[in-house]
Amino acid sequence: MNAILSLIAVIVLVLIALLGVKTANLHFLFGIAVPYTAIAVFLIGVISRVLKWGRSPVPFCIPTTCGQQKSLPWIKQSKLDNPSTTSGVIGRMLLEVLLFRSLFSNTTFELRKGPKLAYGSTRWLWLGGLAFHWSFFIVLIRHLRLFTEPVPSCLNKLEVLDGFLQIGAPGLLISGVVLLLAVTYLFLRRVFIPEVRYISLAADYFPLFLILSIALSGIIMRYFTKVDIVGVKALTMGLVSFNAAIPEGISVVFYIHLFLVSALLAYIPFSKIMHLGGVLLSPTRNMPNNSRMERHINPWNYPVHVHTYEEYENDFREKMKQAGIPVEKE
Amino acid sequence: MSKTPKPDELSKVDYTPPKTGWMDTPAELKQGMWCYGSKPKNLETLEFPNPRQWSPADEDWKLPENWQETLLNGLKERLDKYRSFKVFMDICVRCGACADKCHFFIGSGDPKNMPVLRAELLRSVYRGNFTTAGKILGKLAGARKLTYSVLKEWWYYFFQCTECRRCSVFCPYGIDTAEITMMARELLNLLGLNTDWISGPAANCYMKGNHLGLEPHTIVGNLEYMLDDIETITGIKIKPSFNRKGAEILFVTPSGDLFADPGTYTAMGYLMLFHELGLDYTWSTYASEGGNFGFFTSNELAKRLNSKIYAEAKRLGVKWILGGECGHMWRVLNQYMDTWNGPADFLQMPKSPITGTIFENAKSTKMVHIAEFTADLIKHGKLKLDPKRNDHLKVTFHDSCNTARGMGIFEEPRYIIKNVCNHFYEMDEHTIREKTFCCGSGSGLNASENMELRMRGGLPRANAVKDVVEKYGVNMLANICAIDRAALPAIMDYWVPGTAVTGVHELVANALVMTGEKERTTNLRGEPLSGMEGKE
Repeated sequence: MNAILSLIAVIVLVLIALLGVKTANLHFLFGIAVPYTAIAVFLIGVISRVLKWGRSPVPFCIPTTCGQQKSLPWIKQSKLDNPSTTSGVIGRMLLEVLLFRSLFSNTTFELRKGPKLAYGSTRWLWLGGLAFHWSFFIVLIRHLRLFTEPVPSCLNKLEVLDGFLQIGAPGLLISGVVLLLAVTYLFLRRVFIPEVRYISLAADYFPLFLILSIALSGIIMRYFTKVDIVGVKALTMGLVSFNAAIPEGISVVFYIHLFLVSALLAYIPFSKIMHLGGVLLSPTRNMPNNSRMERHINPWNYPVHVHTYEEYENDFREKMKQAGIPVEKE
Repeated sequence: MSKTPKPDELSKVDYTPPKTGWMDTPAELKQGMWCYGSKPKNLETLEFPNPRQWSPADEDWKLPENWQETLLNGLKERLDKYRSFKVFMDICVRCGACADKCHFFIGSGDPKNMPVLRAELLRSVYRGNFTTAGKILGKLAGARKLTYSVLKEWWYYFFQCTECRRCSVFCPYGIDTAEITMMARELLNLLGLNTDWISGPAANCYMKGNHLGLEPHTIVGNLEYMLDDIETITGIKIKPSFNRKGAEILFVTPSGDLFADPGTYTAMGYLMLFHELGLDYTWSTYASEGGNFGFFTSNELAKRLNSKIYAEAKRLGVKWILGGECGHMWRVLNQYMDTWNGPADFLQMPKSPITGTIFENAKSTKMVHIAEFTADLIKHGKLKLDPKRNDHLKVTFHDSCNTARGMGIFEEPRYIIKNVCNHFYEMDEHTIREKTFCCGSGSGLNASENMELRMRGGLPRANAVKDVVEKYGVNMLANICAIDRAALPAIMDYWVPGTAVTGVHELVANALVMTGEKERTTNLRGEPLSGMEGKE
């Protein structure tokens, strides 16, 4: 149900762009106004969301320790999984953000007869997630050629690398294919793994469909309808130079693509996609385990009512004396 | 009390989620899966709200009129005070990596025991009340209203979490269900909703210094029984001191070690080790608890209970503090104590008087773990050990969740065990170290009325033990946690009969060759040592 509703929502978005451009001729709206608005919403939204998180303090030092602590000199510390220094934390975070290290250690279990619980490693989610994020990132970087003039040579090199299979014309870019496959995998596992299906909300399916449609419309434009790339570049360069104009003859698929991208951008600050900012702020990962070495300060620490030794001795003085325990007051 | 199903019945777990969505499947509070509600007198002692007689089985939980407002205000306050809580409410992508990591899910198949869904129970209310999308889109955005039925579901499932953090290890963002459970429990406590197995020990600890409510003379009495036993076994008379001013070291351990087997054997281990070293240390009857059941109610109460350790160290004028074998005690001491009740500037940098080793890693809290202390002694050859005395044991080691995932003490206890025992075997790599499985009775769930829950939660740990029992003939499960020593014997009897449970320092004391001891014929449990059968 959640999946169907999300699919319908994305279809509605496609129809809005299709009808808006094709029937109502709102080129300015879909080519210029919507993208600008989306970018503004994205930037303001993301910044305010991160600031909102940042406003809440981190009262305690609570890293999840996944390896040997720093202890006696002859015991080898696990510096990345249980870091005690900032450089260790940076290392841990880099491996987490760039390589999804926690997912790499994911396990499966099976309950066999006996009963016998069997565990094993599983890296499918890690692989799917890594393929998805990295291909998405490369696709994003490749698009910078539409926003730069002259195009930096590193972008050209990236594109050559991305298209090293040299299939067809224009050359097939691997990142697009990987993105399509990965996003499909992520969707299918939500549908076919009962537990994952049970926890999935519309908010989990919607971004998958949205990204899938973005990738599909991009691929259609590049390989099938062969969009007028000169016109597109004129539009995008106009957008970045705040001198936007609508060139003639860009096909409606482009406008659909652009509208879906705008929808995604504007959606990000209000959605789980904010995990890209949140992961950096997660106290269980971004803190060193050094709270026995360095005192961590809680900004809202306040005095509490305690049961003092004096009160305790008053309650038990006679019993303590009889048991030969020293007391403060005879 | 409900009857606990037999193992063969309990181990038939169905993992198929219900046909209805989780929001449309209200929690059914099943007997055997929950603990009794907190008694009014304990809440009164702790100055907690809404003390009254109630039972989770009642329709009416006798809540104050404005309970929803109280909870939502409490939720807002905590979102503003804890970045962890706020970030964890927002960034979960429900990837499912944690779904099968919880011992309660593995043992029950109840989807609300998947960490992600446990968190969603609270997140859904957060979304419904604190996010725009949730307010507008409602259920479609995963939001729901805070109803009586939701509240009961919170209580039921947040007291089915042992705050073991195993899910956090596998989460790509480190989302820690323990943090979420802690917040949920704080909220529930605003309405006087806790369990008596938590508020009782917490009240005891507040008034009497320890969870078990041992009064000062009882502590001395209990230790004297142990001293008599030690004398019988070794011929050595030990005279420890209590509340002694001017001692070099204050020793703090969970009161469970003073009370029941097999914890008492661990306590005998401490006594024998310290005596042999001639350590200048003292026990305290005021700070006679390392564990902290306040940690299972609220940050504030945890701090109130923890304050006694530094206060007593200051009053007695000791140089530093040594801590016994305990799980959540060490999470608290490692991650919270100095922040709550420090700076401990009246203490000195901990230094082993025997080896001269300076414990740099404890330079601020001034509190050393006994496994660190003993490992250092062994490394420097300061102990005369005869591991053959433990030859009848085939030992495996259970990493306690809190020391594993909230501290990272893995090598020290293993190093000790390997030096005092000749037969040591590791369990499946997916079930030890940071991937260790909880005993299923932590964070205040070690009662008797929730036995079914505990046996279900203990299944993954017990099953990994069973594996090494079958492979290597393991017969002893060592650990460094008092709750493990209290909870695991029942779990072993149920799932892996014949496997005993021990603290690491019991093994140390058995192997320890003490100056002037007579020939030992039995171990601390009074069982004949190998080769000594028939003697005495």
